[in-house]
Amino acid sequence: MANQTLRKPTISVTPQAYKTLSQQLTPKPTILKNIVRAFVVGGVICAIGQVILNLFVIGGLTSIEASTAATATMIFLGALLTGLGIYDTIGKFAGAGSIVPVTGFANSIVAPAMEFQREGYILGVGSKLFTVAGPVLVYGITTSIVVGIIYYILH
Amino acid sequence: MNSKRMGNQTVVFANPPVILSSYSVVGPKEGQGPLGKTFDHVWKDVLHGEKSWEVAESKMLLETMQGAIQQAQLPQDKIDFILAGDLLNQIIASSFAARQMALPFIGLYGACSTMALSMAMGSMLIDGGFAEHVLAGVSSHHDTAERQFRAPTEQGNQRAMSAQWTVTGAGCVVLGGSGTGPRITAATLGRVVDFDETDISNMGAAMAPAVADTIINHFHDLQRQASDYDLIVSGDLGTVGLALATEVLKQSGVDMGTGFSDCGIMIFDASQDVHAGASGCGCSSVVFAGDIMRRIKAGELKRVLLVGSGALHSPTSSLQGESIPGIGHAVVIEA
Repeated sequence: MANQTLRKPTISVTPQAYKTLSQQLTPKPTILKNIVRAFVVGGVICAIGQVILNLFVIGGLTSIEASTAATATMIFLGALLTGLGIYDTIGKFAGAGSIVPVTGFANSIVAPAMEFQREGYILGVGSKLFTVAGPVLVYGITTSIVVGIIYYILH
Repeated sequence: MNSKRMGNQTVVFANPPVILSSYSVVGPKEGQGPLGKTFDHVWKDVLHGEKSWEVAESKMLLETMQGAIQQAQLPQDKIDFILAGDLLNQIIASSFAARQMALPFIGLYGACSTMALSMAMGSMLIDGGFAEHVLAGVSSHHDTAERQFRAPTEQGNQRAMSAQWTVTGAGCVVLGGSGTGPRITAATLGRVVDFDETDISNMGAAMAPAVADTIINHFHDLQRQASDYDLIVSGDLGTVGLALATEVLKQSGVDMGTGFSDCGIMIFDASQDVHAGASGCGCSSVVFAGDIMRRIKAGELKRVLLVGSGALHSPTSSLQGESIPGIGHAVVIEA
């Protein structure tokens, strides 16, 4: 909440006018560049996933088994790259392109796990593991339940 | 009435305390910046062989405190008070460093304005006759700040264009009642000013009104203007905050001329990919202890106004939807 009154002398700009000024002078996010990078990197990650999926099918798994195995492999790769300190560099470049795929989900779990290890395995890693992914899980699972109920009622 | 008070917010010292020494230690990224050569010690690694970043930050501050005392050529027990602060919860970097110093310790919190605040408070203790020597210093660490205020460091996300990079660095000065060196002649303590900025990726915009308010009051209290200073330097407004403060001051009828700069802009260059500049207590402390002190001693700067800028929010207050209050503390340093 803005100051109600400031004894004079003070700046002669109102909070409302300051808001406009601040919007003018704050650099805008580079949306177009971010979108192009997210599209390319996100696409590359998905293409890698597809190659892995196809290799599992060629190796003799059924399509359901292969997609589970491919997802697990992508999660492993995301975790590995986070552990090696590479994924945050990719994330800085790609933004949503590397956050949205399942590798980004792995990153969001492994990053806090690494970070909070120093506070111990129970109250550090154990309680902070889902600080980033928690909201995704809570609302993802809630949404899936709601959609499931709607589906059940309609059919 | 006390003759050391001028106007509404300013104190003018009867016997201006002397800055007997200054010392700075920084991390590798700061060492690679344009001011790299002005720091006393550049660490090769932000962990420096310690088990956590928090311990490393505290060690960095301790090394800086000891370095400053050594440069002042004083035995440690001649220091009457340590005034120090940092950004961590319960200012542990400072109190854990002070644990090794075994001297009376006053912990301060003014967020990133703490260096200017500690210099102002130290000068008041000395000029008030309560101390002969005071050690004033602060620290900040990029990774301890990231994990406390933002996200885990290995998480892959993009920073906003207005975001600033917390400096890994610690700076200290030893102030004395007598001796030779630059002197702290006056200080203007700031008010908490909040202009409803809520974006935690735009600290410069949150702090600019507070810095502008302190500068206006400083000029008013001492009947001075920008041209009375060789350099007016804010703590860590960054490019966005400095532009906003300059504009706000202009609209309030204060022309800042060409000598208005910001430690957060000076410490890194454009190639270091820090977006809007630097932040953190360490920022203004190492730029002051390194670059500015050297330029004052070289005779390049005669009178400097250092306006430390702080954002007084917490992660909790921001999550609860509160805006970010700012503060600016100004100290006048004269050769």
